Amino acid sequence: MPRQLDSVLAEIPLFSGLDDETLRLLAGCASNVRFDAGQRIMRRGEPADVFYLVRHGSVVLETYFPARGPVTIETLEAGEVLGWSWLFPPYRWHLDARALTVVRATAFDGACLRGKCLEDPALGYELMSRFAQIVIERLQWTRLRLIDVYETDGRR
Amino acid sequence: MAVAEPTTHGVMAPVTYRVTDRVQETADTFTLSLAALHGEAPPIEPGQFMMVYAFGVGEVPISVSGVTDQGEVVLTVRAVGAVSGAICAAQPGGTLGLRGPFGSSWPLAAAHGADLLVIAGGIGLAPLRMLVRQALSAPERFASFTLLYGARAPADLLYTAELERWRSGASVAVTVDVADSDWRGHVGVVPKLIGAARFDSARAHAFLCGPEVMMDFTVQALQGRGIDSQRIHLSMERHMDCGVGLCGHCQLGPTLICRDGPVYSHAQIARWMGVREL
Repeated sequence: MPRQLDSVLAEIPLFSGLDDETLRLLAGCASNVRFDAGQRIMRRGEPADVFYLVRHGSVVLETYFPARGPVTIETLEAGEVLGWSWLFPPYRWHLDARALTVVRATAFDGACLRGKCLEDPALGYELMSRFAQIVIERLQWTRLRLIDVYETDGRR
Repeated sequence: MAVAEPTTHGVMAPVTYRVTDRVQETADTFTLSLAALHGEAPPIEPGQFMMVYAFGVGEVPISVSGVTDQGEVVLTVRAVGAVSGAICAAQPGGTLGLRGPFGSSWPLAAAHGADLLVIAGGIGLAPLRMLVRQALSAPERFASFTLLYGARAPADLLYTAELERWRSGASVAVTVDVADSDWRGHVGVVPKLIGAARFDSARAHAFLCGPEVMMDFTVQALQGRGIDSQRIHLSMERHMDCGVGLCGHCQLGPTLICRDGPVYSHAQIARWMGVREL
Protein backbone atom coordinates (compact mmCIF):
# COMPACT_ATOMS: atom_id res chain seq x y z
CA MET A 1 0.00 0.00 0.00
CA PRO A 2 2.65 2.62 0.95
CA ARG A 3 4.54 1.65 -2.19
CA GLN A 4 1.52 2.40 -4.38
CA LEU A 5 0.93 5.66 -2.57
CA ASP A 6 4.50 6.78 -3.35
CA SER A 7 3.76 6.79 -7.04
CA VAL A 8 0.42 8.53 -6.50
CA LEU A 9 2.10 11.28 -4.48
CA ALA A 10 4.83 11.74 -7.08
CA GLU A 11 2.20 12.83 -9.60
CA ILE A 12 0.65 15.45 -7.33
CA PRO A 13 1.85 19.03 -8.02
CA LEU A 14 2.16 19.75 -4.28
CA PHE A 15 4.87 17.13 -4.05
CA SER A 16 6.52 17.60 -7.44
CA GLY A 17 10.31 17.45 -7.32
CA LEU A 18 10.52 15.66 -3.97
CA ASP A 19 12.93 12.71 -3.92
CA ASP A 20 11.81 9.11 -3.50
CA GLU A 21 12.91 8.94 0.12
CA THR A 22 10.79 11.97 1.04
CA LEU A 23 7.81 10.62 -0.87
CA ARG A 24 8.12 7.32 1.03
CA LEU A 25 8.25 9.26 4.26
CA LEU A 26 5.12 11.21 3.35
CA ALA A 27 3.34 8.07 2.21
CA GLY A 28 3.96 6.65 5.68
CA CYS A 29 1.57 9.29 7.02
CA ALA A 30 -1.00 8.90 4.22
CA SER A 31 -3.99 6.76 3.37
CA ASN A 32 -6.62 6.78 0.65
CA VAL A 33 -10.15 7.77 1.62
CA ARG A 34 -13.52 8.05 -0.09
CA PHE A 35 -16.53 10.22 0.72
CA ASP A 36 -20.04 9.83 -0.65
CA ALA A 37 -21.81 12.81 -2.17
CA GLY A 38 -23.22 14.91 0.64
CA GLN A 39 -21.00 13.34 3.31
CA ARG A 40 -19.49 15.68 5.89
CA ILE A 41 -15.67 15.71 5.69
CA MET A 42 -14.91 18.19 8.45
CA ARG A 43 -16.86 20.31 10.88
CA ARG A 44 -15.89 23.63 12.38
CA GLY A 45 -14.46 23.33 15.89
CA GLU A 46 -13.66 19.63 15.63
CA PRO A 47 -10.05 18.42 15.90
CA ALA A 48 -8.03 19.09 12.76
CA ASP A 49 -5.72 16.13 12.73
CA VAL A 50 -5.55 15.57 9.00
CA PHE A 51 -5.41 17.24 5.59
CA TYR A 52 -6.63 15.93 2.28
CA LEU A 53 -5.40 16.00 -1.28
CA VAL A 54 -8.50 15.80 -3.45
CA ARG A 55 -7.85 13.34 -6.27
CA HIS A 56 -11.38 13.09 -7.69
CA GLY A 57 -14.62 14.97 -7.20
CA SER A 58 -15.65 18.29 -5.66
CA VAL A 59 -15.64 19.51 -2.09
CA VAL A 60 -17.54 22.50 -0.83
CA LEU A 61 -16.15 24.60 2.01
CA GLU A 62 -18.92 26.08 4.11
CA THR A 63 -19.68 28.00 7.22
CA TYR A 64 -22.94 27.96 9.12
CA PHE A 65 -25.18 30.88 10.01
CA PRO A 66 -27.94 30.05 12.49
CA ALA A 67 -30.45 32.18 10.58
CA ARG A 68 -29.30 31.29 7.05
CA GLY A 69 -28.00 27.79 7.28
CA PRO A 70 -24.85 26.69 5.44
CA VAL A 71 -23.17 29.31 3.25
CA THR A 72 -20.73 28.23 0.56
CA ILE A 73 -17.31 29.83 0.74
CA GLU A 74 -15.44 27.99 -1.99
CA THR A 75 -15.33 24.75 -3.91
CA LEU A 76 -12.22 22.62 -4.21
CA GLU A 77 -11.56 20.27 -7.10
CA ALA A 78 -9.20 17.46 -7.98
CA GLY A 79 -5.60 18.45 -7.38
CA GLU A 80 -6.38 20.87 -4.56
CA VAL A 81 -5.51 20.71 -0.87
CA LEU A 82 -8.27 20.63 1.71
CA GLY A 83 -7.36 21.76 5.23
CA TRP A 84 -4.45 23.49 6.84
CA SER A 85 -5.71 23.82 10.42
CA TRP A 86 -3.56 20.76 11.25
CA LEU A 87 -0.50 22.99 10.91
CA PHE A 88 -0.98 25.24 13.92
CA PRO A 89 -2.51 25.06 17.40
CA PRO A 90 -5.25 24.69 18.47
CA TYR A 91 -5.58 22.19 15.58
CA ARG A 92 -9.31 22.75 15.13
CA TRP A 93 -11.17 23.20 11.85
CA HIS A 94 -12.22 26.75 11.05
CA LEU A 95 -14.79 25.71 8.44
CA ASP A 96 -17.10 22.88 7.46
CA ALA A 97 -16.38 20.78 4.38
CA ARG A 98 -18.78 18.53 2.54
CA ALA A 99 -18.42 16.25 -0.47
CA LEU A 100 -20.42 17.73 -3.34
CA THR A 101 -19.90 14.59 -5.40
CA VAL A 102 -18.23 11.29 -4.66
CA VAL A 103 -14.76 12.34 -3.50
CA ARG A 104 -11.61 10.29 -3.54
CA ALA A 105 -8.72 11.79 -1.65
CA THR A 106 -5.45 11.05 0.05
CA ALA A 107 -5.59 11.82 3.76
CA PHE A 108 -2.43 12.81 5.63
CA ASP A 109 -2.12 12.37 9.38
CA GLY A 110 -1.24 15.84 10.68
CA ALA A 111 0.43 14.71 13.92
CA CYS A 112 2.52 12.18 12.00
CA LEU A 113 3.63 14.84 9.50
CA ARG A 114 4.39 17.41 12.18
CA GLY A 115 6.51 14.83 13.96
CA LYS A 116 8.52 14.11 10.84
CA CYS A 117 8.97 17.83 10.18
CA LEU A 118 10.36 18.28 13.71
CA GLU A 119 12.78 15.42 13.18
CA ASP A 120 13.86 16.71 9.77
CA PRO A 121 13.85 20.55 9.57
CA ALA A 122 14.73 20.45 5.86
CA LEU A 123 11.56 18.47 5.19
CA GLY A 124 9.66 20.84 7.47
CA TYR A 125 10.90 23.87 5.55
CA GLU A 126 10.06 22.26 2.22
CA LEU A 127 6.52 21.36 3.27
CA MET A 128 5.86 24.72 4.92
CA SER A 129 7.07 26.53 1.79
CA ARG A 130 4.71 24.53 -0.37
CA PHE A 131 1.77 25.08 1.96
CA ALA A 132 2.57 28.78 2.20
CA GLN A 133 2.34 28.99 -1.57
CA ILE A 134 -1.12 27.45 -1.48
CA VAL A 135 -2.23 29.75 1.32
CA ILE A 136 -0.96 32.81 -0.57
CA GLU A 137 -2.76 31.74 -3.72
CA ARG A 138 -6.02 31.24 -1.83
CA LEU A 139 -5.52 34.64 -0.17
CA GLN A 140 -5.09 36.28 -3.58
CA TRP A 141 -8.25 34.66 -4.90
CA THR A 142 -10.12 35.73 -1.76
CA ARG A 143 -8.91 39.31 -2.18
CA LEU A 144 -10.09 39.25 -5.77
CA ARG A 145 -13.55 38.25 -4.59
CA LEU A 146 -13.52 41.01 -1.96
CA ILE A 147 -12.99 43.60 -4.68
CA ASP A 148 -16.26 42.52 -6.35
CA VAL A 149 -14.76 42.83 -9.81
CA TYR A 150 -18.17 42.58 -11.45
CA GLU A 151 -19.29 45.91 -10.06
CA THR A 152 -19.09 48.22 -13.04
CA ASP A 153 -17.07 51.42 -13.03
CA GLY A 154 -19.01 52.93 -15.89
CA ARG A 155 -22.26 54.76 -15.26
CA ARG A 156 -23.35 55.59 -18.77
CA MET B 1 -4.86 40.84 -35.40
CA ALA B 2 -7.48 42.00 -37.84
CA VAL B 3 -8.38 45.67 -37.70
CA ALA B 4 -11.47 46.34 -39.75
CA GLU B 5 -12.00 49.69 -41.40
CA PRO B 6 -15.39 51.13 -40.53
CA THR B 7 -17.68 51.09 -43.51
CA THR B 8 -19.46 54.25 -44.58
CA HIS B 9 -22.64 52.70 -43.19
CA GLY B 10 -23.41 54.58 -40.01
CA VAL B 11 -19.90 55.78 -39.28
CA MET B 12 -20.56 59.31 -38.11
CA ALA B 13 -24.35 59.41 -38.05
CA PRO B 14 -26.44 56.65 -36.50
CA VAL B 15 -28.56 54.40 -38.65
CA THR B 16 -31.99 53.57 -37.29
CA TYR B 17 -32.66 50.00 -36.23
CA ARG B 18 -35.90 48.50 -34.96
CA VAL B 19 -35.91 46.26 -31.89
CA THR B 20 -37.31 42.90 -32.98
CA ASP B 21 -36.70 40.92 -29.82
CA ARG B 22 -35.83 41.59 -26.20
CA VAL B 23 -34.73 38.87 -23.78
CA GLN B 24 -34.08 39.49 -20.11
CA GLU B 25 -30.86 37.67 -19.20
CA THR B 26 -30.49 38.79 -15.56
CA ALA B 27 -32.05 41.40 -13.30
CA ASP B 28 -30.21 44.22 -15.11
CA THR B 29 -29.06 42.72 -18.41
CA PHE B 30 -31.02 42.36 -21.63
CA THR B 31 -30.30 40.95 -25.08
CA LEU B 32 -31.81 42.94 -27.94
CA SER B 33 -32.13 41.89 -31.56
CA LEU B 34 -32.10 44.83 -33.96
CA ALA B 35 -33.03 44.99 -37.65
CA ALA B 36 -31.95 47.87 -39.87
CA LEU B 37 -34.98 49.90 -40.91
CA HIS B 38 -33.54 50.42 -44.38
CA GLY B 39 -31.14 48.04 -46.09
CA GLU B 40 -29.04 45.44 -44.35
CA ALA B 41 -26.80 45.49 -41.33
CA PRO B 42 -23.10 45.70 -42.26
CA PRO B 43 -20.79 42.67 -41.89
CA ILE B 44 -19.67 42.24 -38.30
CA GLU B 45 -16.69 40.28 -37.00
CA PRO B 46 -16.66 38.67 -33.52
CA GLY B 47 -15.23 41.11 -31.00
CA GLN B 48 -16.28 44.30 -32.77
CA PHE B 49 -18.56 46.86 -31.17
CA MET B 50 -21.29 49.28 -32.19
CA MET B 51 -22.01 52.76 -30.87
CA VAL B 52 -25.62 52.51 -29.74
CA TYR B 53 -27.74 55.63 -29.48
CA ALA B 54 -30.83 55.82 -27.31
CA PHE B 55 -32.50 58.75 -29.04
CA GLY B 56 -32.57 61.82 -26.87
CA VAL B 57 -30.59 60.17 -24.06
CA GLY B 58 -27.09 59.38 -25.31
CA GLU B 59 -24.73 56.95 -26.97
CA VAL B 60 -22.57 54.12 -25.58
CA PRO B 61 -20.29 51.45 -27.07
CA ILE B 62 -21.70 47.93 -26.94
CA SER B 63 -19.94 44.81 -28.17
CA VAL B 64 -21.89 42.73 -30.65
CA SER B 65 -22.93 39.40 -29.15
CA GLY B 66 -24.44 37.88 -32.26
CA VAL B 67 -25.87 38.23 -35.75
CA THR B 68 -29.05 36.31 -36.50
CA ASP B 69 -29.70 34.31 -39.67
CA GLN B 70 -31.92 37.21 -40.74
CA GLY B 71 -29.01 39.61 -40.40
CA GLU B 72 -30.20 41.23 -37.19
CA VAL B 73 -27.58 42.66 -34.86
CA VAL B 74 -27.70 41.14 -31.36
CA LEU B 75 -26.52 43.20 -28.41
CA THR B 76 -26.38 42.22 -24.75
CA VAL B 77 -26.56 45.30 -22.58
CA ARG B 78 -26.27 45.80 -18.83
CA ALA B 79 -28.23 48.72 -17.43
CA VAL B 80 -25.71 50.66 -15.37
CA GLY B 81 -26.65 54.25 -16.17
CA ALA B 82 -29.06 56.52 -17.99
CA VAL B 83 -28.06 55.54 -21.54
CA SER B 84 -27.62 51.80 -21.06
CA GLY B 85 -30.81 51.84 -18.98
CA ALA B 86 -32.72 53.47 -21.85
CA ILE B 87 -31.29 50.92 -24.31
CA CYS B 88 -32.31 48.05 -22.05
CA ALA B 89 -35.78 49.54 -21.75
CA ALA B 90 -36.29 49.59 -25.53
CA GLN B 91 -39.20 47.31 -26.39
CA PRO B 92 -39.84 45.34 -29.59
CA GLY B 93 -41.07 47.83 -32.16
CA GLY B 94 -39.00 50.64 -30.65
CA THR B 95 -35.98 52.13 -32.38
CA LEU B 96 -32.32 52.72 -31.58
CA GLY B 97 -29.51 54.33 -33.56
CA LEU B 98 -26.41 52.31 -34.41
CA ARG B 99 -23.01 53.29 -35.74
CA GLY B 100 -20.36 50.79 -36.66
CA PRO B 101 -19.20 48.09 -36.39
CA PHE B 102 -15.90 49.43 -35.13
CA GLY B 103 -12.62 48.06 -33.92
CA SER B 104 -10.57 44.92 -34.19
CA SER B 105 -11.87 41.36 -34.00
CA TRP B 106 -10.82 38.16 -32.25
CA PRO B 107 -8.04 36.47 -34.28
CA LEU B 108 -9.64 33.04 -33.95
CA ALA B 109 -7.80 31.63 -36.97
CA ALA B 110 -4.55 31.97 -35.02
CA ALA B 111 -5.79 29.20 -32.73
CA HIS B 112 -6.48 26.71 -35.53
CA GLY B 113 -4.76 23.44 -34.74
CA ALA B 114 -4.16 24.43 -31.12
CA ASP B 115 -6.04 24.25 -27.84
CA LEU B 116 -8.60 27.04 -27.59
CA LEU B 117 -9.33 28.68 -24.25
CA VAL B 118 -12.15 31.18 -23.94
CA ILE B 119 -12.30 32.89 -20.55
CA ALA B 120 -15.05 35.33 -19.63
CA GLY B 121 -16.16 37.21 -16.56
CA GLY B 122 -19.60 38.75 -16.07
CA ILE B 123 -20.94 40.52 -19.14
CA GLY B 124 -17.58 39.80 -20.77
CA LEU B 125 -19.15 36.67 -22.18
CA ALA B 126 -21.17 38.82 -24.58
CA PRO B 127 -18.22 39.98 -26.75
CA LEU B 128 -17.01 36.37 -26.84
CA ARG B 129 -20.33 34.77 -27.75
CA MET B 130 -19.87 35.07 -31.53
CA LEU B 131 -16.38 33.61 -31.22
CA VAL B 132 -17.71 30.67 -29.18
CA ARG B 133 -20.40 30.00 -31.77
CA GLN B 134 -17.86 30.21 -34.59
CA ALA B 135 -15.52 27.79 -32.82
CA LEU B 136 -18.35 25.34 -32.13
CA SER B 137 -19.41 25.44 -35.76
CA ALA B 138 -16.04 23.97 -36.79
CA PRO B 139 -14.65 22.13 -33.75
CA GLU B 140 -12.29 20.06 -35.93
CA ARG B 141 -10.16 23.17 -36.34
CA PHE B 142 -9.06 23.06 -32.70
CA ALA B 143 -7.18 20.47 -30.70
CA SER B 144 -9.57 21.17 -27.82
CA PHE B 145 -11.98 23.87 -26.71
CA THR B 146 -12.32 24.99 -23.09
CA LEU B 147 -14.68 27.71 -21.90
CA LEU B 148 -14.22 29.14 -18.41
CA TYR B 149 -16.91 31.55 -17.29
CA GLY B 150 -17.54 33.35 -14.02
CA ALA B 151 -20.03 35.78 -12.59
CA ARG B 152 -20.78 37.32 -9.23
CA ALA B 153 -23.68 34.97 -8.45
CA PRO B 154 -25.74 32.29 -10.21
CA ALA B 155 -28.46 34.84 -10.98
CA ASP B 156 -25.90 36.94 -12.88
CA LEU B 157 -24.92 34.24 -15.39
CA LEU B 158 -25.68 35.07 -19.02
CA TYR B 159 -27.02 32.74 -21.73
CA THR B 160 -27.62 29.90 -19.26
CA ALA B 161 -29.55 27.71 -21.70
CA GLU B 162 -26.95 28.26 -24.41
CA LEU B 163 -24.14 27.49 -21.94
CA GLU B 164 -25.67 24.05 -21.42
CA ARG B 165 -25.79 23.45 -25.18
CA TRP B 166 -22.16 24.53 -25.51
CA ARG B 167 -21.16 21.69 -23.19
CA SER B 168 -21.70 19.24 -26.05
CA GLY B 169 -18.84 20.79 -28.01
CA ALA B 170 -16.59 22.31 -25.37
CA SER B 171 -15.33 21.66 -21.90
CA VAL B 172 -17.31 24.27 -19.97
CA ALA B 173 -16.58 25.28 -16.38
CA VAL B 174 -18.72 27.89 -14.67
CA THR B 175 -17.95 29.54 -11.37
CA VAL B 176 -19.50 32.23 -9.19
CA ASP B 177 -18.04 34.40 -6.47
CA VAL B 178 -21.02 34.02 -4.16
CA ALA B 179 -23.62 31.28 -3.91
CA ASP B 180 -25.98 29.69 -1.44
CA SER B 181 -25.98 25.99 -0.72
CA ASP B 182 -28.46 25.29 -3.55
CA TRP B 183 -25.76 26.03 -6.14
CA ARG B 184 -24.12 22.80 -7.24
CA GLY B 185 -21.33 24.34 -9.31
CA HIS B 186 -17.99 25.95 -8.58
CA VAL B 187 -17.61 28.79 -6.10
CA GLY B 188 -14.47 30.85 -6.56
CA VAL B 189 -12.87 33.25 -8.98
CA VAL B 190 -12.39 32.62 -12.71
CA PRO B 191 -8.55 32.46 -12.69
CA LYS B 192 -8.73 29.59 -10.20
CA LEU B 193 -10.37 27.45 -12.91
CA ILE B 194 -7.24 27.65 -15.03
CA GLY B 195 -5.38 25.26 -12.74
CA ALA B 196 -7.65 22.37 -13.69
CA ALA B 197 -7.98 23.23 -17.41
CA ARG B 198 -6.24 20.88 -19.83
CA PHE B 199 -4.24 22.44 -22.65
CA ASP B 200 -0.84 22.37 -24.29
CA SER B 201 0.65 25.62 -23.03
CA ALA B 202 3.23 25.66 -25.81
CA ARG B 203 0.51 26.15 -28.43
CA ALA B 204 -2.73 27.14 -26.72
CA HIS B 205 -4.45 30.44 -27.46
CA ALA B 206 -6.55 32.18 -24.82
CA PHE B 207 -9.29 34.74 -25.50
CA LEU B 208 -10.31 36.85 -22.50
CA CYS B 209 -12.99 39.38 -21.76
CA GLY B 210 -14.20 40.67 -18.42
CA PRO B 211 -13.40 43.23 -15.76
CA GLU B 212 -9.80 44.40 -16.16
CA VAL B 213 -8.77 43.20 -12.70
CA MET B 214 -10.12 39.76 -13.47
CA MET B 215 -8.25 39.72 -16.80
CA ASP B 216 -5.07 40.80 -15.04
CA PHE B 217 -5.24 37.89 -12.58
CA THR B 218 -6.25 35.53 -15.38
CA VAL B 219 -3.26 36.54 -17.49
CA GLN B 220 -0.98 35.86 -14.51
CA ALA B 221 -2.52 32.41 -14.09
CA LEU B 222 -2.18 31.67 -17.82
CA GLN B 223 1.42 32.82 -17.86
CA GLY B 224 1.99 30.68 -14.77
CA ARG B 225 0.88 27.73 -16.86
CA GLY B 226 3.32 28.76 -19.59
CA ILE B 227 1.15 30.47 -22.19
CA ASP B 228 3.05 33.17 -24.03
CA SER B 229 1.78 36.74 -23.91
CA GLN B 230 1.47 36.75 -27.72
CA ARG B 231 -1.12 33.99 -27.51
CA ILE B 232 -3.28 35.70 -24.91
CA HIS B 233 -5.88 37.91 -26.57
CA LEU B 234 -8.10 40.27 -24.62
CA SER B 235 -10.76 42.87 -25.17
CA MET B 236 -10.08 46.22 -23.53
CA GLU B 237 -12.57 48.80 -22.38
CA ARG B 238 -12.15 52.53 -21.90
CA HIS B 239 -14.42 55.54 -22.26
CA MET B 240 -15.22 55.43 -25.98
CA ASP B 241 -17.18 58.32 -27.44
CA CYS B 242 -16.61 58.75 -31.17
CA GLY B 243 -15.74 55.15 -32.06
CA VAL B 244 -13.51 56.23 -34.94
CA GLY B 245 -10.32 57.44 -33.28
CA LEU B 246 -11.06 61.16 -33.39
CA CYS B 247 -11.96 62.25 -29.86
CA GLY B 248 -9.11 60.52 -28.04
CA HIS B 249 -11.17 59.65 -24.95
CA CYS B 250 -10.25 55.98 -25.17
CA GLN B 251 -6.52 56.55 -25.52
CA LEU B 252 -4.34 54.08 -23.65
CA GLY B 253 -0.68 54.93 -24.11
CA PRO B 254 0.00 55.09 -27.82
CA THR B 255 -3.18 53.30 -28.81
CA LEU B 256 -6.81 54.31 -29.27
CA ILE B 257 -8.95 51.43 -28.12
CA CYS B 258 -11.90 52.22 -30.41
CA ARG B 259 -9.66 52.25 -33.47
CA ASP B 260 -6.78 49.84 -32.72
CA GLY B 261 -8.68 47.64 -30.26
CA PRO B 262 -10.73 46.65 -28.45
CA VAL B 263 -9.05 43.28 -29.12
CA TYR B 264 -5.31 43.18 -28.49
CA SER B 265 -2.76 40.54 -27.72
CA HIS B 266 -1.54 40.86 -24.15
CA ALA B 267 1.95 41.42 -25.54
CA GLN B 268 0.67 44.54 -27.32
CA ILE B 269 -1.11 46.10 -24.39
CA ALA B 270 0.57 44.76 -21.24
CA ARG B 271 2.93 47.71 -20.86
CA TRP B 272 0.01 50.14 -20.65
CA MET B 273 -2.51 48.10 -18.64
CA GLY B 274 -0.73 48.68 -15.37
CA VAL B 275 -0.05 52.39 -15.78
CA ARG B 276 -2.32 54.14 -13.29
CA GLU B 277 -2.06 57.54 -14.89
CA LEU B 278 -3.53 56.32 -18.19
